[in-house]
Amino acid sequence: MDRIPILKMGPFLLVTIQVDMHDQLAMQLQDDLTARIVAVKARGVLIDISSLEIVDSFIGRMISNIAAMARVLDAETVVVGMQPAVAITLVELGLSLDGVRTALNVDKGMALLQKSLEDPEVEQ
Amino acid sequence: MPDSVSNSAERSSISVAQRAVLPIRTQEDIVRVRQATREHAVAHGFSLVDQTKLVTAASELARNTLDYGNGGEVEIARLIDGMRKGLRLTFSDQGPGIEDLQKALTDGYSTGGGLGLGLSGARRLSNDFNIESAPGKGTRVMIARWR
Repeated sequence: MDRIPILKMGPFLLVTIQVDMHDQLAMQLQDDLTARIVAVKARGVLIDISSLEIVDSFIGRMISNIAAMARVLDAETVVVGMQPAVAITLVELGLSLDGVRTALNVDKGMALLQKSLEDPEVEQ
Repeated sequence: MPDSVSNSAERSSISVAQRAVLPIRTQEDIVRVRQATREHAVAHGFSLVDQTKLVTAASELARNTLDYGNGGEVEIARLIDGMRKGLRLTFSDQGPGIEDLQKALTDGYSTGGGLGLGLSGARRLSNDFNIESAPGKGTRVMIARWR
């Protein structure tokens, strides 16, 4: 069965979505990520969607769910690399990705996670 | 009598340059509908933002066809209206139909546990929109976007 790889980088998990996901694959990622957060005691999750050509309401809901579940498991989630055309479409679709933190690229996302780890009081 | 909601201006000057029909029976078919919509939009000269809006709307409506209509099909048509070029997608199913169209078109309304943005969002992402549905008779949703 297809799976999206989850890489461990120190206290963080990195997911790069590079395929046009069908819905089951998106659900699988949600399950795999929460399991990995617990297994490796991850403190942050970085989701790179720079290869995603669209984010529809299903993928949007998956991203929001992952962020909410990770938060309950004491891990921060940052979504990075959203293409401008995807951002424009997402807003017109009516999706706001509430509670999901974003950064322009992996470097900035990592810096954001690192900062929240060092200084948890300042965040939120 | 089937209920319908429309904000499209049908004109007789519109001609169909090319047409394709794809089945929507599985989740993989939704991915194929997205890819086919992208190909037709690129071939018809749509900008990246317009392509993205069309493909996103197609993804929402294809999922509705599968999840609520128990599967069906989509017709993708490249339209030409004088100097204007457009892409029209028509999703049809023989599913249970929609009881209350106005409700179904409201943001946040869902009978299936989703976000309730699929139908209303697809409408916002399109220039023309038409939906016909009747309980027990299935649903037909047409969207078009013009360059």
